[in-house]
Amino acid sequence: MNLFNFYIVSLVKVAVVAFVLLTTLAYLQWIERKVIAHVQLRVGPYRVGPHGLLQPLADVVKLITKEGLIPSHVNKLFYLMAPFVAVTLALISISVIPFGPEIKIGPVDTWMQLTDLRIGILFVIAVSSIGVYGVALGGWASNNKYSLLGGLRSSAQMISYELPLALAVAAPLLLANTLSFREMVSYQSGYWLGFIPRWNLFPEILGFIVFMIAGFAETNRVPFDLPEAENELVAGFHTEYSSMNFAAFFMAEYANMVTVTAVATLLFLGGWQPPFPEPYSNFVPILVFAIGGLIALYHGLNPARRMDKFTLPATALVFLGIAAIFGLSLFVPMAKTILMALFWFCGKILILLFVFIWVRATLPRFRYDQLMRFAWIFLFPISMLNLLATSLIVALTTK
Amino acid sequence: MTALIFIVFAGIAVFCAINLVVQTHPIASALSLIGVMGSLAILYLQLGGEFIAAAQVIVYAGAIMVLFVFVIMLLNAGAEAVSFQASRFVRYLGALLLAAFLGLISLIIQAALPKTEGVLFGTFQGTALDVGRKLFTTYLLPFEVTSVLILIAIVGAIVLARKEV
Repeated sequence: MNLFNFYIVSLVKVAVVAFVLLTTLAYLQWIERKVIAHVQLRVGPYRVGPHGLLQPLADVVKLITKEGLIPSHVNKLFYLMAPFVAVTLALISISVIPFGPEIKIGPVDTWMQLTDLRIGILFVIAVSSIGVYGVALGGWASNNKYSLLGGLRSSAQMISYELPLALAVAAPLLLANTLSFREMVSYQSGYWLGFIPRWNLFPEILGFIVFMIAGFAETNRVPFDLPEAENELVAGFHTEYSSMNFAAFFMAEYANMVTVTAVATLLFLGGWQPPFPEPYSNFVPILVFAIGGLIALYHGLNPARRMDKFTLPATALVFLGIAAIFGLSLFVPMAKTILMALFWFCGKILILLFVFIWVRATLPRFRYDQLMRFAWIFLFPISMLNLLATSLIVALTTK
Repeated sequence: MTALIFIVFAGIAVFCAINLVVQTHPIASALSLIGVMGSLAILYLQLGGEFIAAAQVIVYAGAIMVLFVFVIMLLNAGAEAVSFQASRFVRYLGALLLAAFLGLISLIIQAALPKTEGVLFGTFQGTALDVGRKLFTTYLLPFEVTSVLILIAIVGAIVLARKEV
């Protein structure tokens, strides 16, 4: 592949990934509001578009057209820099995340990944560890007691939970003996006894749990959302922010969520490797979408509300169409590779994201001393023990 | 291309270092220090020390400096009052002396440098594997001594922070 081709392919990949990521971030918020609403027996966003589907668009328009207010008492430079730092560092991690295996479209031979670093995993940890400056700076520059407390809590919390997070990440690295995401996924291919996937999840179940808990804290999500605890700190570090600056903080939180779930998928859940051996796993997406379509069709034929006669059959048509695309792709090897990899990777990420939202709808918030004690007295020793046990096993089994 | 990247990030490092001293506000100084560390990491990366670069960002920029910023925010340290009154004569003389000093330093460095080509980009073997192997074979003793030192520091910190019984 010559240099020109390389630039073209890279540009196309960056455009696709950026577009998909930003759309996902907008719709993640819709999904979150819907899921929480249904957990709490409400309907959630319902007015803008069918089932509130156009709500994210309306929100974006609202946030862009709002007046960007800069309070008079803030430190202007840092006040404006903070959301920029937060969102940039949150979005940059996606560049080393692989979505699928090597593919070949026409003459072009490329990976479904923007770039593969030999130290990809360290890169993500490094970027997420600087990401805290966005929150800390925003809280400090706002020149407001509540914001400052939010920023302080955030930096203390990040430092505390970074340790168990890094230790939990180190254990699968020892098993696979690599720092690159690609090799990590290829290490997890294959099956024990022909049907149990060789994912790191099974030997490293403890590490996975610690990673997820620390991930909640790193993304400032409930039950660790102390930096923005609204009933004590108004809105914590982003109290003084409005319009696009506020949107940047919001986007950074969701982007961090996507990164954490993607890293968990790659390190512990085998990336894009299906959970069943090859020929059977190919029928799963067809079945999932076909069943979804048939359920929608059934409810469309027995409508509970007036509009269901039109909306549900249309949904069914879309689902059955996707099922048909997956079915047809079985006869085109390259299309099959791409679609299957995407289906399993996105499926795992979505399940983990659902867990994030589910926890938010269920659990109350920690108190601050509980949060610290939990990190240092419980999570840290456990991840340390897990790492020691893993390294002992690796030392005994290799050569 | 590599030379361009080097010049850009070396420039940023020098600029941030000067800014670190010039700024009167502690937070601005701390952020400049982070800038220095980040650009140094890029320079390490250019030399081929990828693991060192990542460790630089994770440990220094990501952990130690976060603690610095945390403490500055906690103490709510404000901008330092500048009390610097100097006559015009002193200023001109100072600039002259500074230039002479910098010239002297660059002269000494130039004389002390070996007359070889210097380090080429990407010559170091800085992968995690190489660093780990070196650390546990050639430099095992310094490594272990350092960990004992850190242990002593931890014990000291615990003794200081312990509640009176």
